[in-house]
Amino acid sequence: MEQLLWALFTMVLGVAGCAGYFYGSNALLDRIYPANAAARHAGLSAAQISTNINKSNAIRPWLFLGPALLLLTAFLIYPVIDSLRLSLYDADKESFLGLGNYVWLLGDSGFHESIFNNALWLIVVPSAATFFGLIIAALTDRIWWGNIAKSLIFMPMAISFVGASVIWKFVYDYRAEGQEQIGILNAIVVFLGGEPQAWITVPFWNNFFLMIILIWIQTGFAMVILSAALRGIPEETIEAAVIDGANPLQIFFKIMIPQIWGTIAVVWTTITILVLKVFDIVFALTNAQWSTQVLANLMFDWMFRGGGHSGRGAAIAVIIMVLVIPIMVWNIRRANAEMRGH
Amino acid sequence: MAATGSRAPLTWAVHLATLFLVAIWVLPTLGLFVSSVRDKDQISVSGWWTALTTSTQNKIFRAPGADGQVQRGDVFVITGDVLEGGPGVVSNFGISSRDPQAFQSGESAVLRDGSALTVKSDGTFEIVSSEEITKARGQRIFYQATSPPRFTFDNYRNVIAAENLGRSFINSLTVTIPATVIPILIAAFAAYALAWMEFPGRALLIAVVVGLLVVPLQMSLIPLLTKYNEIGAFFGVPAKTYLGIWLAHTGFGLPLAIYLLRNYIAGLPREIMESARVDGATDFEIFMKIILPLSFPALASFAIFQFLWVWNDLLVAIVFLGAGDSELVLTGRLNNLLGMRGGQWDILAASAFITILVPLLVFFGLQRYLVRGLLAGSVKGG
Repeated sequence: MEQLLWALFTMVLGVAGCAGYFYGSNALLDRIYPANAAARHAGLSAAQISTNINKSNAIRPWLFLGPALLLLTAFLIYPVIDSLRLSLYDADKESFLGLGNYVWLLGDSGFHESIFNNALWLIVVPSAATFFGLIIAALTDRIWWGNIAKSLIFMPMAISFVGASVIWKFVYDYRAEGQEQIGILNAIVVFLGGEPQAWITVPFWNNFFLMIILIWIQTGFAMVILSAALRGIPEETIEAAVIDGANPLQIFFKIMIPQIWGTIAVVWTTITILVLKVFDIVFALTNAQWSTQVLANLMFDWMFRGGGHSGRGAAIAVIIMVLVIPIMVWNIRRANAEMRGH
Repeated sequence: MAATGSRAPLTWAVHLATLFLVAIWVLPTLGLFVSSVRDKDQISVSGWWTALTTSTQNKIFRAPGADGQVQRGDVFVITGDVLEGGPGVVSNFGISSRDPQAFQSGESAVLRDGSALTVKSDGTFEIVSSEEITKARGQRIFYQATSPPRFTFDNYRNVIAAENLGRSFINSLTVTIPATVIPILIAAFAAYALAWMEFPGRALLIAVVVGLLVVPLQMSLIPLLTKYNEIGAFFGVPAKTYLGIWLAHTGFGLPLAIYLLRNYIAGLPREIMESARVDGATDFEIFMKIILPLSFPALASFAIFQFLWVWNDLLVAIVFLGAGDSELVLTGRLNNLLGMRGGQWDILAASAFITILVPLLVFFGLQRYLVRGLLAGSVKGG
């Protein structure tokens, strides 16, 4: 409880500190380069006031940006550069190995397994989540209880990966044959006459059972965004198609989908980035046993297990980063294009 | 004519398909929730979908031995209750594992030493012997009992007390509240500068923020942890502190905050700002008096994102706060329980629900802002 009070106190202090900084630094700037009514009263000439305005206009943006830039540099930009450097060094962070860690990665079976599994995740999860999101968005737009349905499908978004892992582990729960199954998946399998399986221990296929969890979480995100995009389609295009005698399926695939390709791409790439970073689900459910290793978990392993090897860990982080870069470039281009459009 | 004819079945198909998908999405959560309020013994013997029906269990009870006998007239009697006061109805019982349901409740069975055992349907039993009972070890009674559905909050009470979940709950709140609130003002000022102030390098900075949006957290872990350790050692303080994790979450949340808020603030009408500037307002005044109040929806969206992200985070918490018993946050605790108490669904289900309760409340209460924020971040609303 005391700890919570400390947290609240820090929060108030932090906010007050920020407010104080912004207020104080601005007041200081106005005092050094006075340009307001007070300056006029003080008898400054118009030319002086206008240089003051120019100077303070050049400085003020940096006052506004200062704390944010400082934090971004300390917590994201510096670590990225330092990770690049560390990936070239041995575990002691001092002996230079060149590309040694990367060469080692190429021969490591754990890395091969991770790359293979990550490729599976990258193919399956974004496409499945986008697909289901699109289908559900299209379905729920046509019925009166659509918003309730959307809300329920969106809900997993609020659940942590660990929480979701527990929820699904219960779905996959396995009891030996003959016992009553308490996991719903095995209960259905037995009901249909099949044999119960310990789903998350079956190599290769278990990857898909883990992926289902992420698809379950991310479909809501895809649905929300695609549903907004579907609503943004001009009515006339659909009416014209109806008049031309197109059936609902044709309208959906030939008129609506082509108009929202841009949004589909955004959803796809956003989920792709999330997939590259996926860690919690594998960590919580299998901890990479039964051939379920992925890059983010492998990185965590090398960081902490058995004393840790910062060089190898950093090298894996760099690999994840390299995989993200194409999407990053695409995002920046898109943002730039949008800004010019304004 | 043809159109209306084909429309009706299609509408039905849409309703059914949606219902089916919603069911798939909701059932996993529902199942765990139902289990979390079921009786501990029932969770492990029957599926949660049978929670409302009467369940049948086969159990063994050991009657008291010779010590428990009482003399009643010229016979010796041992009495007791196989259900031990619990609810349920005994339908069958038996005296050997080979045939555990040999007798119906109310019948009496003859034991090897000649005494007679009767088990009634309410669970009470009587062993009647004409001679004094000498066996110290009591008779095993096999029985089949049907028990009515039972719902209880015992599981929740257990985990809060015994598994230290209360402690973790406080830790999660401690991490989340400052880490959600502190970035807001910092990001809002930066967003205003990037949206409405002219300065060299602005386009580049925006590009940097967009780029940082997708930088994997994994890149930050090793360098930051090294720095934290160095700083901790330098000042002689522990490296893993709440201050450290607040700052880390603030830094990690800033790109999204700046991006969302910049998009929103850039979309505000230029005239408002220009008329204020004509009236002699400075950038600082414009920001505090006009921009900040107008940006409330965007601030709320970001706050919800950041809250959900920090509360649900596992990686940053175990790296920067540690995995010791007193510093575990809820996600870390749940992860530990998943490892240690793999099959104990009474504990896991209740713990899982405690960890997802707050985010679910936030989600259902503030969904509007969450959706708006998502749209602003991805499709670029407006």
